[in-house]
Amino acid sequence: MLDTLKEHRGDVAPSLFSDLYITAFKWMLLARITEEKLGNLWRAGKISGGVYLGKGQEAISSAVGTLLKPGDLFGPLIRDQAGRLAFGEPIIDVFRTHFGLRTGPTLGRDGNVHRGRPREGQFPMISHLGSLVSVVAGALIARRFRGDRTAIGATTIGDGGSSTGSFHEAFNMAAVEKLPLVVIVANNRYAYSTPNSREFACNDLVDRARGYGVEGYSMDGTDLAECLEVVGNAIDRARSGHGPQMVVGHCLRLSGHAEHDDAFYVDKRLLESPIGRDCLKVAESYLCEHDWADKTQIENWKKAARQQVEEAVAIAQGEPQADPNEEVWCPYATESLAEAHSIR
Amino acid sequence: MSITYLEAIREAQRRALRHDPRVYIYGQDIATFGGAFKATKNLAREFPGRVIDSPISEDAMVGSAIGAAIEGMRPVIEMQFADFSSIAINQIVNQAATYFWRTRVACPITIRLPSGGNPGSGPFHSQNLESLYAHFPGLVVMTPATVDDAYNMLLEAIEIDDPVIYCEHKYLYNRLKVESLKETELPPHKARVARAGRDLTIVAYSAMVHESLTAAEQLQRESIEVEIVDLRTVKPLDIDTVLSSVARTSRLLCVGESWPWGGVNAEVVASVATHGFHLLDAPPQRINSKDTPIPFSPNLWSVHKPSSQVIAAAARRLFDW
Repeated sequence: MLDTLKEHRGDVAPSLFSDLYITAFKWMLLARITEEKLGNLWRAGKISGGVYLGKGQEAISSAVGTLLKPGDLFGPLIRDQAGRLAFGEPIIDVFRTHFGLRTGPTLGRDGNVHRGRPREGQFPMISHLGSLVSVVAGALIARRFRGDRTAIGATTIGDGGSSTGSFHEAFNMAAVEKLPLVVIVANNRYAYSTPNSREFACNDLVDRARGYGVEGYSMDGTDLAECLEVVGNAIDRARSGHGPQMVVGHCLRLSGHAEHDDAFYVDKRLLESPIGRDCLKVAESYLCEHDWADKTQIENWKKAARQQVEEAVAIAQGEPQADPNEEVWCPYATESLAEAHSIR
Repeated sequence: MSITYLEAIREAQRRALRHDPRVYIYGQDIATFGGAFKATKNLAREFPGRVIDSPISEDAMVGSAIGAAIEGMRPVIEMQFADFSSIAINQIVNQAATYFWRTRVACPITIRLPSGGNPGSGPFHSQNLESLYAHFPGLVVMTPATVDDAYNMLLEAIEIDDPVIYCEHKYLYNRLKVESLKETELPPHKARVARAGRDLTIVAYSAMVHESLTAAEQLQRESIEVEIVDLRTVKPLDIDTVLSSVARTSRLLCVGESWPWGGVNAEVVASVATHGFHLLDAPPQRINSKDTPIPFSPNLWSVHKPSSQVIAAAARRLFDW
């Protein structure tokens, strides 16, 4: 399948592909370092609530965020730090939200991975998995009404989230409406602690694509080159009018569900299997093998990323927490209703 | 030339589609077929591509409306029956209702719920869910009782920057009629005094306004003058209009067609007890449907929901207290 895809993307010159790869790699790196920091801050008691990391899924996520264009729409999920950054999320949003600051995009009203910038096409998720797929689909319906035929939408989900009714309804609806929607399923083998065998009965989740009447692709989610090829192809297909696309990336979650979870239940054989590879290490080797970067260069990128993270944390730590006395305790956007709400 | 409650709903949608390019309607069987109750009859022909049949996917219908709304559209979702909105409850209460609060981006969607029973509709085609949706912060819940309100409030619902649950009563669809539509000055979140009286206040909404009016006519013959407050919108609740009325009458009876536990009636009683205890000469009362699923048999159904006779009897007891 990949040969066909490479043929399809034959217009991408090797040098351009190396640029793309390096860009995507840098987002992976920044995401990994950002999340390592989040884990440390959580262990130090600096973050309330959960901290959910995307270790092992950065290649899939970064490919999506890097390949989307300005003006596209993106509905990231829990383990999409790389894709969020690549799509344009300022890194400061990460820490402002985790710290519950009133300067953050949610004003401290929601936390951790529930942040977004809807005005910039990056939609915040809610905890109910699958429910963001139809939101992105609806945003594409709006674009179609407005005559925008160039934008596409992408959203990510996991093997567990793909079992929800909400996912099914939305994907089916997107197929009926022939929307330019790319749904990336990161099959990281565990939904919290539940393995694939208790989650679905088909051989590969991509088998479902045929049932929805959409195009589907399967890829090695630990291999950034393959992720860029396959996701890039799906995005191109969606953009050129071929309707919804389903991409299933195979990987293994290399962290607990959240930082409180030591993931004792993960089958150790999976860690030693090809999907258990750390996509970041795979990408580092790939860069060196292709002479696109050497170890010194990669080390410098890491240093720069660490500095970026530390600067963002320092800024956020100097900013005010959400304050109950300054909070506007009103859920309405409409002014007259806000007044009516505040009477009693 | 007269216009029914149902036709007013259709006319409001027609007007919104004509004047606002952001408006589209999405729901099951609403395009060629014109909707299960014909609330969108001919609109698909008149506005090609803007009145769209959906799959039987209430969750995706509402989720897609949320996405379209935050991208600048004004979607109207027709639930085939209010009862089926429970499939979409996650999108409604968790996604739409919280959207502005979480993001400062408005989520202006309108969800039409054909509510209430008709004889023989049974447990899954008769529900009144206003109390359920009113519980969740961020939703506006409208319950129009008149043809004019059905028209004007639906237009307001589409204009409002917040998600609106618009509960239209099926029993009123073809039973209510006016000669011509009137625009109203009253903002949609304000209650109105539907009938003036000095002896006791009945607070009602939707079809129960009419049952209460019938009861009030009977009571008038017995020299009991009932004032009726039509809430119009149950969330946010215009408790000031209720308190003003109770200040005149000193007696309160709440009538609602939804179930009793923790509903609109309970909220009105609690608010009046909290803010107007000194106004009351008798304990506030409420009448709801019975606390069982809604029965199919027309005989059972007719006594399951509050009737004018039951309302009148309760009003007499309250008057004599």
